[in-house]
Amino acid sequence: MIRVNANPAIDTTIKLVGVAVVMFAFVFVVMVPLYDVLCDALGINGKTSGEAYTAVQAGVDESREITIQFVATNNEGMPWEFRPQSTMINVHPGAVNDTVFYARNPLPEAMVAQAIPSVSPSRAAEYFHKTECFCFNQQPLEGLSDVQMPLQFIVDQDLPSDIKTITLSYTIFDVTEMVNGAVAVR
Amino acid sequence: MWFEAKRLLKLALGPVLMLTSAAAMAAGTEVSQVNMSPGVTEVGQQIYDLHMIILGICTIIGIGVFGVMFYSIIYHRKSRGFTPATFHESTKVEILWTVVPFIILIGMAVPATSTLVALYDVEDAELDVLITGYQWKWKYEYLDESGENVSFFSNLRTPQSEIYNAEEKGEHYLLEVDEPLVLPVDTKVRLLVTANDVLHSWWVPQLAVKKDAIPGFINETWTKATEPGIYRGQCAELCGKDHGFMPIVVNVVSKEEYAQWLDTKQAEAAEIKELMAKTFTLDEQMERGKAVYTQSCLACHGANGEGGVGTAIAGSPIATGELAGHLDVGINGVPGTAMQAFGGQLNDVDMAAVITYQRNAFNNNMGDLVQPIDVYNHKKGQ
Amino acid sequence: MGDHHHGPAQGLSRWLFTTNHKDIGTMYLWFSFAMFLLGGFFAMIIRAELFQPGMQLVDPAFFNQMTTLHGLIMVFGAIMPSFVGLANWLIPMMIGAPDMALPRMNNWSFWILPPTFLLLASTLFMEGGAPAFGWTFYAPLSTTYAPPSVTFFIFSVHVLGLSSIMGSINIIATVMNMRAPGMTYMKMPLFVWTWLITAFLLVAVMPVLAGAVTMMLMDIHFGTSFFSAAGGGDPVLFQHVFWFFGHPEVYIIILPAFGVVSQIIPAFSRKPLFGYDSMVYATASIAFLSFIVWAHHMYTVGMPIAGELFFMYATMLIAVPTGVKVFNWITTMWRGALTFETPMLFCIGFLVLFTIGGFTGLMLSIAPADFQYHDSYFVVAHFHYVMVAGAVFSMTAAIYYWLPKWCGRMYNEAMGKTHFWISFIGFNVTFFPQHFVGLAGMPRRIPDYALQFTDFNMMSSIGAFIYGASQILFLYNVIATIVSGKPISDEKVWEGAEGLEWTVATPAPYHTFETPPKIDPAHAHS
Repeated sequence: MIRVNANPAIDTTIKLVGVAVVMFAFVFVVMVPLYDVLCDALGINGKTSGEAYTAVQAGVDESREITIQFVATNNEGMPWEFRPQSTMINVHPGAVNDTVFYARNPLPEAMVAQAIPSVSPSRAAEYFHKTECFCFNQQPLEGLSDVQMPLQFIVDQDLPSDIKTITLSYTIFDVTEMVNGAVAVR
Repeated sequence: MWFEAKRLLKLALGPVLMLTSAAAMAAGTEVSQVNMSPGVTEVGQQIYDLHMIILGICTIIGIGVFGVMFYSIIYHRKSRGFTPATFHESTKVEILWTVVPFIILIGMAVPATSTLVALYDVEDAELDVLITGYQWKWKYEYLDESGENVSFFSNLRTPQSEIYNAEEKGEHYLLEVDEPLVLPVDTKVRLLVTANDVLHSWWVPQLAVKKDAIPGFINETWTKATEPGIYRGQCAELCGKDHGFMPIVVNVVSKEEYAQWLDTKQAEAAEIKELMAKTFTLDEQMERGKAVYTQSCLACHGANGEGGVGTAIAGSPIATGELAGHLDVGINGVPGTAMQAFGGQLNDVDMAAVITYQRNAFNNNMGDLVQPIDVYNHKKGQ
Repeated sequence: MGDHHHGPAQGLSRWLFTTNHKDIGTMYLWFSFAMFLLGGFFAMIIRAELFQPGMQLVDPAFFNQMTTLHGLIMVFGAIMPSFVGLANWLIPMMIGAPDMALPRMNNWSFWILPPTFLLLASTLFMEGGAPAFGWTFYAPLSTTYAPPSVTFFIFSVHVLGLSSIMGSINIIATVMNMRAPGMTYMKMPLFVWTWLITAFLLVAVMPVLAGAVTMMLMDIHFGTSFFSAAGGGDPVLFQHVFWFFGHPEVYIIILPAFGVVSQIIPAFSRKPLFGYDSMVYATASIAFLSFIVWAHHMYTVGMPIAGELFFMYATMLIAVPTGVKVFNWITTMWRGALTFETPMLFCIGFLVLFTIGGFTGLMLSIAPADFQYHDSYFVVAHFHYVMVAGAVFSMTAAIYYWLPKWCGRMYNEAMGKTHFWISFIGFNVTFFPQHFVGLAGMPRRIPDYALQFTDFNMMSSIGAFIYGASQILFLYNVIATIVSGKPISDEKVWEGAEGLEWTVATPAPYHTFETPPKIDPAHAHS
């Protein structure tokens, strides 16, 4: 015998509650990860990949020169001294380039920092490959000490030809509490 | 009841009539701007044209639609004995009023697309400026190859006394800053926009630039002013209490003047570096400190340190207490109050001078002499 | 009324425990009107401060709390519940159902609202003050930099979202299952259609809002970083999630208003709605498009140009179905036999002013031009033209139109017309000049402004006081009607009114359609 619900409105209700639950889950399961994927793919906000680039480069394009500007910003409440060693360098697409950012913790206690990269023009983000970067990890620093933080990158040869200057900005955040609070960081 | 309603109507309409006449009188002396300004950039002109085209199209459609409606309202009244027609649904008409608007929209989309493309073309800039939004001020940094970036903060200059109606408001009330952004004319400038704390948005209508400032990320846009002049704007994204009090002033000057200005700024920066190593006398510090005080402290703490929006400095427990505590307040501010952290705004030379001034002026007479190196050390050791 | 075994209970328990759709509808309507007055009071404070340059009445922090609460209360406390109240009263009567499908849930979805808004209003007295980050509560101002009351704000949003979802589920369940035999979908009155579509939108997007505030809550209290760059998140993500909810929300507010206008204009034109089918399809297309246009609120946030173009084109497209609606209403009036009682006046006011709001909406959709309009008073003017002259005017029209049916007494027509004209003039004096100051460069959400904006702000404030005062007249008229209006007994209160609700006795009995009505198969929809 087929069980028929006495009140068809209850069926409708159950289905609609299902829709509401699915939409709530949709925010976390689809929207958030999808946004991250789109950011990576389209360079929204000039975001670059958070992982080291490992692909092999075909060669260096000596005929082209790209100006790379480095910018360092402290977010509110971050007392570190933080600056690029050189503010501007010229590079060839395909070549491996090294530079260094300087950081100093002026406070007596140890702190942890996280640097967030952002590339302008944002279109260039997907062609800006970092093989080594201090932004991949949180940076702990003892009180009253300093550090030279390395950055190694390659500008892709497929970089659109109209792009001649790329600005790489790092904003440094104090994440000491976040880390010491031992709470999961997404 | 009708009488009552009539009386109410009169009462309600009174202020409107008064107002229109008052507005007309006001307009006699100065006409308020009612439309967008094309500004002083090519893109601004394009945006203005686009705005006018679409406003025009909307007006024409509006006249048509409302014309039909008012014709109906006037002639198809029951009180005129009009018998209602019974027609409804006409596929022909319905297809027509779907397709025609669609075609008009395509007509609008074409110029809109080309303007947007122009707006997004940040390449080939001759100058790069990094703009950082702070609660509640702007910082400008000229990115320079030499590594000696010129950078400074730009604060609201309107005194609290004008805002709180104690004094007559000046001509550029709320749209004036202590140090404007200076840009050369006819030069494509790339603007990199970011924020230090919450979202802000850098908007100068005359330059046709509005870009959100997002903490952690940089946004890019550009401008190319074709006429020298002073252009004013404001933060456009709600950023907390003083969102309405962080104006933007851009001073567009000739290329020569710009070069001169940049030299001066660079010389100033070099001078500060030199001064950092120097030891000042009390008189020198008092003189410099007074100037700094007038510019940075006076608005809130009063000309004689008597207080106002801020607490009194004359006889204050901070200015007459431990030097370290005084430096701390000056450098880091007092969270939760209007006292900002000046550590990032004033250089160490000016900070040392103004602290010296505050501890000795207004009958505080502490006799302390603060040197730039003291401020530097305090910052390092804090 | 109530002459047999299940009339209304007496006293307070009637209202507390009622499952009657008319009682619940009445409570929703009174509650939303109270919220309308509260939100309006906040607006008066805002306009009083903006009457002239300089800070006079409030400090900037309190000003921000006022703009925030004004927006939240008007959207979630006044407009949305008022249309739910209208739906409660009318949908069962329009489709020939004895009550809503889920009467007990109906009671809950109402009764969780008043405590929620009490809680939200009480944040004004908390330490750190009420939420001051705007009704759009962009992170990180609403997370890292928020006052402690933000937790109560989040809780409030959760509860009112729950209320909306329950209300919508009830409406969908009612429309899908409780229609009288013969009442096919394409015979339903347009008000029912627009609400059905609105309810689906609500079920789809209120959970998204709940998701957004849940992420805020987790960022604030549980150390996640959805919206903070420091932990790998992004403040812009918040805006995407918010507007994914927020844009459909705009249509949630306006679609039932379209439904109301589509009922009233034919009644006073004494002529059927011109294109019923195309109205239904236009409503559905607007609802669909509302899901793919959200980022037009974010043109200045720094999206890739391809994204900007997509959202610009999609947004422009909305003009087509919206145009279809406006053309339909006007063609309905064309060669009708028009009379201009108060409900019709408010509908014509709606038609004119909503169309103007539609035009400015089209202007705002043009991405490059929006770089100048965005976050200026031009936007404030635009959305008040569609929210106030759109939603609130149509709601007012609905009250004048159906109130005589509900209480069996006629309102005072002269006073109603006076209310219309004062509202119409007050509204335009308030909001039309805001287009000008916006174009001249005045940003929104500022407590003080530069001197060149003085004239128009003064005008705007005076208009706001006029518009605000006219609502007192409205309140008086409604109470006077209920208490001592001229009794009427005709089933059909209005000569041209069509639909099942006009076939029951006047005043509408406590229970209607306990046996389903007969629907004439040949009878056209109303």
